[in-house]
Amino acid sequence: MGTSIAAKSKAIRRRETLIAYLFLLPALVIFTCFVITPMVMGFVTSFTNANMGGSKFVLFDNYIRLFKDPKFLRSAWNTLFIVLISVPAVTAFSLWAGAAIYRMSAGARSFFRCVFYLPVVTGSVAVVVVWKWMFDTYNGLFNYIGTSTGLMTRGMDWLGNSTTAIWCILAILFTTSIGQPIVLYVAALGNVDQSLVEAAEVDGATGLQAFWRIKWPSIMPTTLYVVVITSINSFQCFALIQLLTSGGPNYHTSTIMYLLYETAFTNHQYGYADAMGVLLALVIALFSALQFKVMNGGTTE
Amino acid sequence: MKVNKKSPYYIFCLVLLVILALLFLFPLYWIVTGSLKDKTAILIKAGQAVQWFPQAPTGANYAKLLANQVSFSILGLAAKMPAAVKWLGNSVFISLAAMLLTCVTASLAGYVLAKKSFYGKALIFTLFVCAMALPKQVILIPLVSLAKTLGLAESLWSVVLPIVGWPFGVFLMKQFSETIPTSLLEAARIDGAGEFRTFLSVVVPIIKPGIGALAIFTFISAWNEYPLQLVMLHRTDVKTIALGIAGLQSEMSTDYGLIMAGAALGAVPIILVFLAFQKYFTQGITMGAVKG
Repeated sequence: MGTSIAAKSKAIRRRETLIAYLFLLPALVIFTCFVITPMVMGFVTSFTNANMGGSKFVLFDNYIRLFKDPKFLRSAWNTLFIVLISVPAVTAFSLWAGAAIYRMSAGARSFFRCVFYLPVVTGSVAVVVVWKWMFDTYNGLFNYIGTSTGLMTRGMDWLGNSTTAIWCILAILFTTSIGQPIVLYVAALGNVDQSLVEAAEVDGATGLQAFWRIKWPSIMPTTLYVVVITSINSFQCFALIQLLTSGGPNYHTSTIMYLLYETAFTNHQYGYADAMGVLLALVIALFSALQFKVMNGGTTE
Repeated sequence: MKVNKKSPYYIFCLVLLVILALLFLFPLYWIVTGSLKDKTAILIKAGQAVQWFPQAPTGANYAKLLANQVSFSILGLAAKMPAAVKWLGNSVFISLAAMLLTCVTASLAGYVLAKKSFYGKALIFTLFVCAMALPKQVILIPLVSLAKTLGLAESLWSVVLPIVGWPFGVFLMKQFSETIPTSLLEAARIDGAGEFRTFLSVVVPIIKPGIGALAIFTFISAWNEYPLQLVMLHRTDVKTIALGIAGLQSEMSTDYGLIMAGAALGAVPIILVFLAFQKYFTQGITMGAVKG
């Protein structure tokens, strides 16, 4: 009797397996073909000197070359700089804005959420072309406002100046990064246990005390999630740079992702570019590992 | 919750948010008004008043944009249409195809990963999650040679398929599928419904909000997947609207009216889609962050 039940359950499990794989098949085929395969290809190519002529295994030569390449070192520093500035700025601002917005009426909440999400929806290209125009030396709005109010004596070349260019990138990156964190914070604050907040108010806690003692700990998982996604996006900053400065002037705004693009698609050094990709992936994977640790460690809800 | 709507801090926040909102809306306003200005109105000269609002709105920029024709062949027939319209059509095709394929493949896969127990499940799920942790953009180079090998060079599918393959959708649909009561699935089985029939008549209605969120999310991100489009599509007739605008900027860098007309053509449709499905969108963003 017992064995027949076991045999039966084994037969059921086999049948379930067959059905499950039929359902999984389309997703699995496309995933294997267009995600796993290129990942393996990129990893293997990073150990070759692949270029337009051909390819030969060179072991770790590409990786050794990276750490002696001034262009790469500058791009790596710029990438780190962008992450270090944008992550705290985006997190702090979206927390403030989220906290201010979630207390408003449903209509106002939805309006502000939409407005701050707009640059994400319109996409980097539309955003960049209008900012590039506003930053223009001769026809730009910023120089017009600067000179006509007397703040500046003459117009400046915002994007061609090695000091200001990266700040222009950071400003635009900021506008395209805060949309998602604000939505997340508004949702997370809505899930905070109201009875705790009310109890604190009855006990005479000020608004600020109630925030730091009760709300801040309960939205901590959201904060960590926001930090991680903002870091990942900042590490991969590419479209803005390609469209706005092409990494210039003299690689002062180049990032790893931009240099990878230039190395592969302008200079056709695929092996060397893939080595940059693997290195960047390793750094980002570290951040992502943190993300999944956070997500599986009992988070929002 | 009681909120003191008259507290000075609340007023301060509101004023600051309104100012910021106006600043965020301004670039969009500048695109649309810029596209309606003629060649002299668009220039900003020192000592001359800037036209904050186009004094003599003109459709000349749009006419110029649409005058640029592109030839292509469809089903073996030669055809001709304004390049910008073709680019818009290509963007719509990529977004719709990516959206439909992602929703079908991800809801099928997410459902069995959440509700079935089978050999190899843990391995497959781990693979999906690990791939999601890696940055999308670093596989661009191998993807280009892969597309060539598969005969997809300069094809819109070379942009669609990598987006569909990205495991985020499977992950999201698995989370939504966890909420399906197992008793409902058993009841359907007892009633003699086949597996696929159960999926269509029991599972899909329950995970519908999830599918809606995934659909709008995929549509918008495919529309804006600029890096992938940039490395895959080069011929004028297969460009997307994003690539088209970027091309206008690099070729006609000082014709701001024309560039803004292109930008408006690319931005306005996707904003309308976003506003129409905003409810689902917000839900999708929040669900993606919640533990499964």
